[in-house]
Amino acid sequence: MFDTQSTSATQNAHAAVVDPTVLPAQEVEYSAGRRVRRWVAELVRQPGLVLSLLWVLLVIAWAAAPTVFTSYDPIAANAAHSLRGPSGTYWFGTDNLGRDLYSRVVFGTRQSMQASVVAVGLSLALGAILGMAAGYLGRWVDDLAMRVVDVLIAIPGLLLSMAVVSILGFGVTNVALAVGVAGIPGFARIIRAEVLRIKSSTYFDAAQASGTRTLAILVRHVVPNATGPVLVLAALELGGAVLSVSALSFLGYGSTPPAPEWGSLVSQGRDYMGTAWWLTTFPGLVVALTVLAANRIGRALERTGVEA
Amino acid sequence: MRGYVVRRLVHGAFVLWAAVTLSFAVLHLVPGDPVSIMLGQGEGADVSNVSAAQVEALRASLGLDRPLPLQYLSYLWNAVHLDFGQSYSTGEPVTTMIARALPATVSLALLSLLIAVATGVGAAIAATLLPWAPARSLFLSTTVVGVSVPSFWIAILLIQLLSFRLGWFPAVGNDGLTSLVLPAVSLAIPTAGVLAQVLGKSIRTALGEPYILTARAKGAGRLRILLRHAIRNASIPTMTMIGMMVGGVLAGATITETIFARQGVGRITVDAINAHDFPVIQALVFFAGGLYVLVNLVVDLVYPKVDPRIVVRTAMA
Repeated sequence: MFDTQSTSATQNAHAAVVDPTVLPAQEVEYSAGRRVRRWVAELVRQPGLVLSLLWVLLVIAWAAAPTVFTSYDPIAANAAHSLRGPSGTYWFGTDNLGRDLYSRVVFGTRQSMQASVVAVGLSLALGAILGMAAGYLGRWVDDLAMRVVDVLIAIPGLLLSMAVVSILGFGVTNVALAVGVAGIPGFARIIRAEVLRIKSSTYFDAAQASGTRTLAILVRHVVPNATGPVLVLAALELGGAVLSVSALSFLGYGSTPPAPEWGSLVSQGRDYMGTAWWLTTFPGLVVALTVLAANRIGRALERTGVEA
Repeated sequence: MRGYVVRRLVHGAFVLWAAVTLSFAVLHLVPGDPVSIMLGQGEGADVSNVSAAQVEALRASLGLDRPLPLQYLSYLWNAVHLDFGQSYSTGEPVTTMIARALPATVSLALLSLLIAVATGVGAAIAATLLPWAPARSLFLSTTVVGVSVPSFWIAILLIQLLSFRLGWFPAVGNDGLTSLVLPAVSLAIPTAGVLAQVLGKSIRTALGEPYILTARAKGAGRLRILLRHAIRNASIPTMTMIGMMVGGVLAGATITETIFARQGVGRITVDAINAHDFPVIQALVFFAGGLYVLVNLVVDLVYPKVDPRIVVRTAMA
């Protein structure tokens, strides 16, 4: 029944409004085609969005196959070429050990992005459990879950992450978990709201009246219908996670040298602020562009989701 | 109204109690007790050098040898009195440490919030009301850029450009207003971006409301509609965010104070995390939560002044 929806993640965002249990299959097919056309129209109208998508693709490619994009070793020192400015040979310049900064940024992508994706995944998973339990079961479960959310919201995200890191210990994985914990309340709230919305719909009543079990209702009706808003938040949260992960790495809680990571690259470049501006400028720019792209895509998803 | 305030206070007290309990529980439930975490991770100490007797002595001196429920109760009792014990690394009372660092951070946070509100509101108005569409979208994009750039990067760029190149501001330090400008600006940019986005969205929503049409039909000017009708109604969602903005600025101060080598609460936080100085971290979590609760309470009390309809709603609830 849901085959038409599962073609791509982006289409799910719009499927949120179209209820396939009510519409005949043909109608769903038709509106799916229309949705694709609307997306193409949206893309043509917004060159910024196209650039954002391209940038995200590039970052994914960097993370997946760094060796394709650079021939320099990101870790081996080359003292003869230390602290060279950006040039045709060294696009982003070289650091104090003569390592090519562009290669270090490219090779650092995997750690930064992995940590950010793990963080958002954790926020989403725990937020979904909390939000679904709260919205679906209601009563004291709802009260308890929302009080947990209140506490998590009361402590500023970065401070919460730092406290979690101090307990778990330093390292990229722990930074990812810590950032993930700070992202739970946003997902819990939005998923709870979606569950409440769906609970008041007629197809939910129909499913319940026909004796569908609770878990089946959640999986078959609530999850697909809540995908749209959750996807928007996930895109925005991914941008936030990239920021938080790089901030925590900047403070030195993340990766251990010499392994490169975006935030720690900026931090290492701080020692040469007066002499080698490129060491802090380029890694920071890459972080900024990635977050910008994620935010841009999130906003585009939000807009088309509202229009659909 | 008084019932409402009491309810909010009870709720706020609950949030603080939960935050304190959670940080206590997490610290004592994770594998490895605070003493071994302290000895094992602080300053790269080698655990094998520390005799079992020394560990026990340290544990006793910190009161960690007592039964857990007793520790919890005395911890809670002390927290109510804003006593969070002594710092593991300096031995100083935590509250004294924080109180001494507070003025530097408060002045930084206030200036930064001032800049954030001024530029955020300005950008929101420009992005909604400039008569030329490209200019509007330019301002709209700057707000997205504002929330996307890492504040540590902004800080470093500002230092490189305005301190090292142009020499307008000192790059580091705590003295005087000039040393406050760069940290405040770098801290303000993300906050201003968020503020501008939320306010801009609310203004656009408000401008589509029927009462705007009514006001225009009655002949109200563009400026009057904006100030008297649109912004006033649009400011409610923005006010909801003030608590979060204050918290965000305080959390951001950790990074800013580190970069600009300023002795403030943010710097204490970073030092405490590095040294696994848990009493300090717990106190900071408590104060941050308390500030959030307090700011939100104040905001809730100010709502009815901005939007009289809200009094009716709370009275009915």
